[in-house]
Amino acid sequence: MVVCCCLGRTATWVSYQLKIHAQKYMRSPLIPEMATQEVQLNETLAHLKSESESLKSKLEEERAKLHDVELHQVAEKVEGLGQFVMKTRRTLKGHGNKVLCMDWCKDKRRIVSSSQDGKVIVWDAFTTNKEHAVTMPCTWVMACAYAPSGCAVACGGLDNKCSVYPLSLDKNENLAAKKKSVAMHTNYLSACSFTNSDMQILTSSGDGTCALWDVESGQLLQSFHGHAADVLCLDLAPSETGNTFVSGGCDKKANVWDMRSGQCIQSFETHESDINSVRYYPSGDAFASGSDDATCRLYDLRADREVAIYSKESIIFGVSSVDFSLSGRLLFGGYNDYTINVWDVLKGTRVSILFGHENRVSTLRVSPDGTAFSTGSWDHTLRIWA
Amino acid sequence: MTINTLAKGGWHREQMTCFQKMEKVIVAMQDPDMGMKMRNQRLLITVIPHAMTGKDIIDWLMQNYNINEEESLHLGGFLVQYGYIYPLKEPRCLVLRPDESPYRFQTPYFWTSTRWPVSELDYAIFLAKKNIRKQGELMEYEKERYSVLHKRINHTWDFVVMQAREQLRASKQRRKADRIVTECQEQAYWLINRPPPGAPNALDMGLERPSSCTTRMTLWPLNAMICCSNTIILSVRAYVLMCRFVKYSEQYQNHDPIMQGCLPSNPWISDDTAHWTMNAALVPIPTRLRVERWSFSFMELLSDAMGRQEFMMYLEKEFSAENLCFWQACEEIRHGESSKIVEKVEEIYKNFLAPGAARWVNIDSKTMDKTLEGIKHPHRFVMDDAQMHIYFLMKKDSYPRYLKSDLYKSMLSKAIVPQETKKSVFPFVRRQRHSSPSPAQAAEDSRSKGPQAGSD
Repeated sequence: MVVCCCLGRTATWVSYQLKIHAQKYMRSPLIPEMATQEVQLNETLAHLKSESESLKSKLEEERAKLHDVELHQVAEKVEGLGQFVMKTRRTLKGHGNKVLCMDWCKDKRRIVSSSQDGKVIVWDAFTTNKEHAVTMPCTWVMACAYAPSGCAVACGGLDNKCSVYPLSLDKNENLAAKKKSVAMHTNYLSACSFTNSDMQILTSSGDGTCALWDVESGQLLQSFHGHAADVLCLDLAPSETGNTFVSGGCDKKANVWDMRSGQCIQSFETHESDINSVRYYPSGDAFASGSDDATCRLYDLRADREVAIYSKESIIFGVSSVDFSLSGRLLFGGYNDYTINVWDVLKGTRVSILFGHENRVSTLRVSPDGTAFSTGSWDHTLRIWA
Repeated sequence: MTINTLAKGGWHREQMTCFQKMEKVIVAMQDPDMGMKMRNQRLLITVIPHAMTGKDIIDWLMQNYNINEEESLHLGGFLVQYGYIYPLKEPRCLVLRPDESPYRFQTPYFWTSTRWPVSELDYAIFLAKKNIRKQGELMEYEKERYSVLHKRINHTWDFVVMQAREQLRASKQRRKADRIVTECQEQAYWLINRPPPGAPNALDMGLERPSSCTTRMTLWPLNAMICCSNTIILSVRAYVLMCRFVKYSEQYQNHDPIMQGCLPSNPWISDDTAHWTMNAALVPIPTRLRVERWSFSFMELLSDAMGRQEFMMYLEKEFSAENLCFWQACEEIRHGESSKIVEKVEEIYKNFLAPGAARWVNIDSKTMDKTLEGIKHPHRFVMDDAQMHIYFLMKKDSYPRYLKSDLYKSMLSKAIVPQETKKSVFPFVRRQRHSSPSPAQAAEDSRSKGPQAGSD
């Protein structure tokens, strides 16, 4: 224990030194007189880097000693799940191109979806009626979200912005007229989500950052830097204090952030490829991720490590989106091979595979009351499964 | 710490992962011991060696990956779609048929991952060969592309024609079986890399990622290292943590509609919205499951509008309702409009914190001092500490007592347990699906009815 304490503290010091040097490195201009200084900085940097790496591996070693059991081992005594019969109960047709994203309304039956051709549609999924439609000025609308009040939707994509549209009930009114530009990034918008109210939006972007915005004023409240490449997804924690969120990116990392301070408080890097989707476990103690490496993984926040991998040799194509059932026992994954795989979270086994879509599944969300889940696909349709 | 340089060669890395995995499967299929049994297949009058039937492929996949026939057909279909296996009988149709249709493994020379990016010159030579071999053998779209290429790389056209003639001459000297095989291989390769218009493009991978090629530094988060050392110091055993997942799932299992079904029926399956009506935000009598859920955690009670209402009634009896009111007011600051923060903070101070306030909350002096100091420069999180203090006070004290109280127990006993809807006698008769007022409509209605006392 003492060893680890010391390791931990030395690691902290090394990391701090690295940070200082990195800042100096990034600030120093490349003019000839500074060349020797540069060389010195580089050497110190390299030295610190190798020290940091060795400390990191030592810490991992010590941590591994405490890792005495896997999740599926503990779950051995749990009763297995029987056969699941889930079918498509609704098919929503209306998009003219690939469906990229969707979100549920808190009323448990309405959804908003966005597609590659710039259309954003609000549906009453129960009746399959379209209630609103907006045409965005850009293509590839990769992110959309329903406001908690149900009175507005947010969306964005290749326009690098996130815009909020209040849902007008006047059939003649053009929704685009009341559009409000909230977020501004320097690259495409990959995901957006309202926090607990209509007043704040969290966004992630291809520019490698996440940001928290005030909807009313469009002001940037907090920005989150730390990913080394495009950030592809995010999810807000359902915790009591409601102050954290997780993001996943092309750098294969999943980072947990503190919304108040902007600091990255935890980081997980076990995936072998881009992380396309992250979703919190219902209790908020863990989260699942889906990646192009064709696996889904479960990370426990308190144990600070990966605790389960959901994969099968016959599953070759990447996971585009994941979500949990209400009890957290089932994990649904939408895959690029047009299927949905249903996993037993505790035992790590695959419970069921669902066919139906005719092109890759790009988005998947379970409804707020857990009665069904919805998928959007590149085959231009959305399906509700129950 | 890692310094990542993202080279431009990172284009379509996602595709590469898929290809590598597919290639692993293909290699396993060709393993001399565990792989597929190949034999000679008859194609009209020619005998083609090292071929297999569609059915063989499906059977092998089923056995080796422990999957059912549907999944095996689906997976095998991708192997054909991406050109790792090609059909001999209908070479233009890259589909896996679960019958006696003959298939062959594509030679690695023609794997999409090997010969990438596709060369225009190669395509021109391929089309030229087809054109020379038999006039009119080119399809419409191929003729168009041929003429486009002719214009574009006109300067090397002599080379193209010469290469095409050479390759045709060489192939004439081979056995018919080999010739057929080579033609099929090439055809399959070009069907994938230059698909006919309207056909699904197997290589469509969406937007390029990552989009930026900047060098960025990632620092192993400072806090993460501290977290690591803390975890070790606290010595939390993994077993305890894993058990929490099991416990949570067991507790919520009955509440999970996908796993246990829901009463009276799942609206998506039966087209009956009774389940939603019974569980609306505020109902005269809630369902049993809902009331049970309030006892799972304090968060569950507070996130349910009705639960909050009941809890408020209980606190009023105990003369500690100001705690919940204070908590709700703080939530409104945290999640409300930035412009209203100052006025809301003042309201809270007036009602809850000022000495002699009407609904004074009992916070410890340290937190109170810190909060009062913070109020001088109000911001969104100024009430956080005080709010958290009161939250945990309610959670540790009032909440457990509420669960033991008569108020809760009587609510639990009179709660409804809906009857399961019997499956309709005529299952094909679909019920009418009724639409519901949209939340936007509801909000507009309440606005037009005039300002009401805010019901929290």
